[in-house]
Amino acid sequence: MLYKFFKSTKLRLFLSFLVLTSPSIKADWFALNMTRGVTDVSNEVFELHMLIFWICVAIGVVVFSVMFYSMWAHTKKKNPEPAKFHENHKLEIAWTIIPFLILIAMAVPASKTLVKIYDDEAGDINIQVTGYQWKWQYRYLEDDVSFFSNLSTDLDEIYNLVPKGENYLQEVDEMVVIPVGKKVRFLITANDVIHSWWMPAFAIKQDAIPGFVNTAWTVVDKPGIYRGKCTELCGKNHGFMPIVVKVVEQEEYDQWVNEKKQAAIRLAELTTKEWTTAELMERGETVYDINCVVCHQTEGQGIAGIFPALAGSDIALYEKDKHIEILMEGVSGAAMNSFDYLSEVELAAVITYTRQAWGNAENGDGEIVIPKDIVDYKEPKI
Amino acid sequence: MSAVIENHHDDHHHGPAKGITRWLYTTNHKDIGTLYLWFSFAMFLIGGAMAMVIRAELFQPGMQIVEPEFYNQMITLHGLIMIFGGVMPAFVGLANWLVPMMIGAPDMALPRMNNLSFWILPFAFFVLLSSLFMEGGAPNFGWTFYAPLSTTYAPPSVTFFIFSVHIMGASSIMGSINVVVTIMNMRAPGITLMKMPLFVWSWLITAYLLIAVMPVLAGAVTMMLMDIHFGTSFFNAAGGGDPVLFQHIFWFFGHPEVYIMILPAFGIVSHIIETFSRKQLFGYSSMVWAMLSIAILSFVVWAHHMFTVGMPLAAEIFFMWATMLIAVPTGVKVFNWVATMFRGSITFETPMLFAVSFVVLFTIGGLSGLMLAIVPADFQYHDTYFVVAHFHYVLVPGAIFSIMAAVYYWIPKWCGNMYDERLGKLHFWLSFIGVNVTFFPQHFIGLAGMPRRYPDYALQFADWNMVSSVGAFLFGFSQLLFLFIVIKTVMGGKKATSKVWEGAKGLEWTVASPAPYHTFSTPPKVD
Repeated sequence: MLYKFFKSTKLRLFLSFLVLTSPSIKADWFALNMTRGVTDVSNEVFELHMLIFWICVAIGVVVFSVMFYSMWAHTKKKNPEPAKFHENHKLEIAWTIIPFLILIAMAVPASKTLVKIYDDEAGDINIQVTGYQWKWQYRYLEDDVSFFSNLSTDLDEIYNLVPKGENYLQEVDEMVVIPVGKKVRFLITANDVIHSWWMPAFAIKQDAIPGFVNTAWTVVDKPGIYRGKCTELCGKNHGFMPIVVKVVEQEEYDQWVNEKKQAAIRLAELTTKEWTTAELMERGETVYDINCVVCHQTEGQGIAGIFPALAGSDIALYEKDKHIEILMEGVSGAAMNSFDYLSEVELAAVITYTRQAWGNAENGDGEIVIPKDIVDYKEPKI
Repeated sequence: MSAVIENHHDDHHHGPAKGITRWLYTTNHKDIGTLYLWFSFAMFLIGGAMAMVIRAELFQPGMQIVEPEFYNQMITLHGLIMIFGGVMPAFVGLANWLVPMMIGAPDMALPRMNNLSFWILPFAFFVLLSSLFMEGGAPNFGWTFYAPLSTTYAPPSVTFFIFSVHIMGASSIMGSINVVVTIMNMRAPGITLMKMPLFVWSWLITAYLLIAVMPVLAGAVTMMLMDIHFGTSFFNAAGGGDPVLFQHIFWFFGHPEVYIMILPAFGIVSHIIETFSRKQLFGYSSMVWAMLSIAILSFVVWAHHMFTVGMPLAAEIFFMWATMLIAVPTGVKVFNWVATMFRGSITFETPMLFAVSFVVLFTIGGLSGLMLAIVPADFQYHDTYFVVAHFHYVLVPGAIFSIMAAVYYWIPKWCGNMYDERLGKLHFWLSFIGVNVTFFPQHFIGLAGMPRRYPDYALQFADWNMVSSVGAFLFGFSQLLFLFIVIKTVMGGKKATSKVWEGAKGLEWTVASPAPYHTFSTPPKVD
């Protein structure tokens, strides 16, 4: 909650100066080129990139040499009488045909690689990737495992209050886990605006577009942790929704899937538990900080003109049913989307939190929402 | 009645009216050209100030100076202002000044429309910039304003943005119609199409492109307006609409728009290289055909901006090959400029320095464009700083250097005074170094994996971002020197002769310097 205080500009400038002069910032003068990546396709793309690059360098060297020679040798001082020649059909035909042939030499391998990339057959494992403002959801279609992946870098690091960690802005709370050597197909879509799922190490970049499902696939042979990013401007926190994929051996993968399933069962059990206000508040604050704080802000004050305030809002003060409905259905025509993908416990907790925090409990009816309320809301529709 | 009397008065003195009304009511192509040029300079400085904010924030990792939402407003307005307020009006200003003088016409064909097309522009940008002070802030969805970020998820000021784009479009269309009508009807006897100066040719082609695509842009923003306020779902998937349709429409406008910003530069650079090489342009007709081919191809390559939206394989391959084809006529132009210099008798005055560096740096931008056309590689380049480096190389040392070259080249004709050659060269070198230090490292940052439109970045990109920011500050502040040089030249300086440059060719160099308020009231004789 000190976050707001820390946002004052002067303090931040001063602190950024401290951080700048501290030796903890690691940077890289040699990060100059594309990396090979870890799949057949990414290697092929890298080779293609280097091929075109060197062709372009060669063209540049030839053209600029002639030009620089001319700038050096044909100045007015050295060559006071300019030549009179102009137009030479043979030369002009040559400099039309030769580039054309070079282009074909580049386009043919490029088209071949492209054909290879374009394969939307089902994979051994199929993962639906959904872009949200500003996080990714992963749903393993065969195993019925589903979770969100949020940036886990601390705000204090972003605002230069503490030194930045090694994986600054490239770390998440839950990684996508896939096994080595298996064909994994990603089905990429979005829930709100257009995002783009980029994993450089696999040479995959596919736009995540609401109403469309794009596909991409990969087979990774090397276990490891690979980091990618969102590459389509998707609003305020576009720069803060990274992608992290962990590639593991098959056994470890099976174990992970099992754990995920167990966790889901434990979460479901929580729905029937008796909740106290304090417990809901505690859990709700966490949910709020992950899902709501970017727009509605730390003190529930919103941002004037775009994101409504929750502190002191009539809905949060008196209209419990409406409050539940907004979270379940979203607000049509506005940036507020449905959050029905959260669990009943999370929804009840976050609604309770926003009805209690920032003086809302004192100013309004202070009613809390328990997981059963959410279950009841869902009931009649089934 | 009084208008009639004033006209009569003017006829006697052949001079401009006095005071502010001279500029408000003027129908004189030279006055309107001047207005356009000053307006674009002002916009260039405003858009440049925004670029400084962007580079200051990116100077080091972490959020320092602005918040992410304001950063997004800066990148959006920077793009819109530089394109629609900086580059385009500057070229229209040059067309106003030069086209009538180059073809021996007394003025533009439609002088009152000329006045209107300029004077609506300040309102368009007033509306756009005022959105910075509105609740919810200015447009924050990038200059490409992809739906639904720019519709359902946009700040309320998006409606003002749409209105502003409509005004800019109307201005461009009127300006283009004027250029086409002037060139088609008012050439002095003897100037056939294939004898027109290349700048005139480049603008004739540009004007047709503008007339073709500006209505498409107007259509796109109108559909947005309908989606936002009238319940339609053109781009809203939940209502049965198609967000990708927006991108197709936008880039069908956007790609020709890219050539709108570079074709007049081709014309300018051809004139300058010819003059300072003191040698005839190597291949006039192949230059004309190259520009025509580029213009025609620009209508069939738009989807190369969208290789990652999930188009079918056939479409990807078609747009890749069509895009690569553009390299052929572009190569022809570059080879022609080099061949013109070859065995010439070259001197390097400021306009020539800008023109020569245009050829080199534009070629670098063209080559990275060729790399971007290769679809599998583009999957890695798309929406990274590699793209930012590419299009800034063609726009800054491309379009903007050509405009600066043009100003140095023709300013003695415009105001009768020579600019200060020493300061001009200093301005060139500062700009040249600044531009390369800014944008060359962005190739590295992009290839190493930094996406564009990021207000903050991972630590491995820190070094080159800092270098890029230092370059940007150098380039930005050097432009104040440019402003100083221009004002100094307007105020006084060595008197220019009517020919100005030893190797200059063309009708504009046959009239006195400064050019009289009315030129070619009777058509000149051209062989």
